[in-house]
Amino acid sequence: MKTNIQPGRITPWHQTNWDWRAACNFIGGGSGTGLLFFATLAAGSADSYRIMALIALALVGGGLTCVWLEIGRPLRAINLFFHPQTSWMTREGIVAAPLFLCALAAVWFGGGALVGIAALLGVAFLYCQGRILQASKGIPAWREPKIISLILAAGFAEGAGLAAALAAVLPGVSPRWLAGALLGALILRRLAWMLYFKALEQNGAPRKALDVLRSFGAKFEMIGQLAPEMLVVAGIFYGEVMPYFVVLAGLAAAASGWWLKFTIVARAAYNQGYALPVLPVRGQGEVKPGVKPGWTK
Amino acid sequence: MARFIMTVDLRRCIGCQTCTVACRHANATPPDVQWRKVLDIETGEFPDVRRSFVPTGCMHCGDPPCMHVCPSTATYQRADGIVDINYDLCIGCGYCAVACPYQARYISHKREFAYGDKPTAQEAARFDARRMNVATKCTFCSDRVDVAKEKGLTPGVDPEVTPACVNSCIAGVLAFGDREDANSNVSQLLAENQFFRMHEELGTDPGMYYIFDKK
Repeated sequence: MKTNIQPGRITPWHQTNWDWRAACNFIGGGSGTGLLFFATLAAGSADSYRIMALIALALVGGGLTCVWLEIGRPLRAINLFFHPQTSWMTREGIVAAPLFLCALAAVWFGGGALVGIAALLGVAFLYCQGRILQASKGIPAWREPKIISLILAAGFAEGAGLAAALAAVLPGVSPRWLAGALLGALILRRLAWMLYFKALEQNGAPRKALDVLRSFGAKFEMIGQLAPEMLVVAGIFYGEVMPYFVVLAGLAAAASGWWLKFTIVARAAYNQGYALPVLPVRGQGEVKPGVKPGWTK
Repeated sequence: MARFIMTVDLRRCIGCQTCTVACRHANATPPDVQWRKVLDIETGEFPDVRRSFVPTGCMHCGDPPCMHVCPSTATYQRADGIVDINYDLCIGCGYCAVACPYQARYISHKREFAYGDKPTAQEAARFDARRMNVATKCTFCSDRVDVAKEKGLTPGVDPEVTPACVNSCIAGVLAFGDREDANSNVSQLLAENQFFRMHEELGTDPGMYYIFDKK
């Protein structure tokens, strides 16, 4: 991380405190908890669940490790747990501990109520991640409230995608509805993305952030959404002949979710910048309308 | 209860950056860190062009988003409204920095010097290892404010207990005082003039008041 001073800057500039490592936490956390959720419902056998759950925990753990590597004082990481009253980062950490314990216990016992509890804790973890971004008041692209539903929808789409891909290669018979669930999750993610972007456009945002998201959105809706949606539809109709349609759709759904989060966290994170509601009286002049440089509204 | 705030008379500021230098000297901040910085905003088109000089920094918000998000409770709000950081608790996660809509927070990961690879005598004497890899920002010179009571002095009136930037301002742009005291210097200024607060729509209740015209 670099020091975030850029003297003289008026228009929003890209924040430098959270980089790709922070993005990896949202990527790993979303995919991992989404996979844990769908593993509960879709694993064809106890062994399949074990493998899916372990991959899910590796993803969540990998994301958290990335964040740990990013903080300035990693040896004080325990202090992260000091502020559950208002900090969603603390809450994420507090949920992570029982999530790992329950999921590992579920892996050990291969079933039971712990499987469901672990899945629900995963959903809570994912919700915390959405709230972490939304509470970042200094970054307009993150503080938009619709980012919470986007993070949730993206996590479920990635999880359904990974579950569908893994179910095809793991032992046991995966349920037929999994492809339909993947399609549903993809449609939800598309909807959440559209609502999120529309809200940003309507409410105003740093011009550069919107440029990044607009350029990304055009590609994302085709490559990241339409392609896996078509693949999964093909899989539903021709799955008997070409079983790998759904696998490809699943992998594409996960990869495009990672692309989405990397873009939002690491590329569209322009800060608030500065603004003057009015220009002050100077000399013989009068008060004049204010300025908000670098903003669309 | 006191609520210390700062007023900035935008009609007076000439952008000399003396406040920036005074802050850096008083708080021994690294070369690329400006807890008090002055924006130079040029607007309009020739011949109707204006320059506005806008001192900024931590707004010591009444409802500080940095404090709410801080996972370690390192960022806290004092009873007098000053938002401060406990460097021994901070984990340097940067969450406060992305939560602050005023770009007021800094995290230095490398020790840097104003001239070359070696510290000046001042930099060597004032180096504080506790401030490395943690969040830092303007404290309203809280160390000065803290001794006001025992010395029987008034922050904003007596220079000894007033922030360095306010003391140094050559044009009387900056004033510091208690917003809750109707007779304080800042309350008087706000009663006599029109003012705004930056990004007030975000609901942070910022503690820097920008005066732009008389009433």
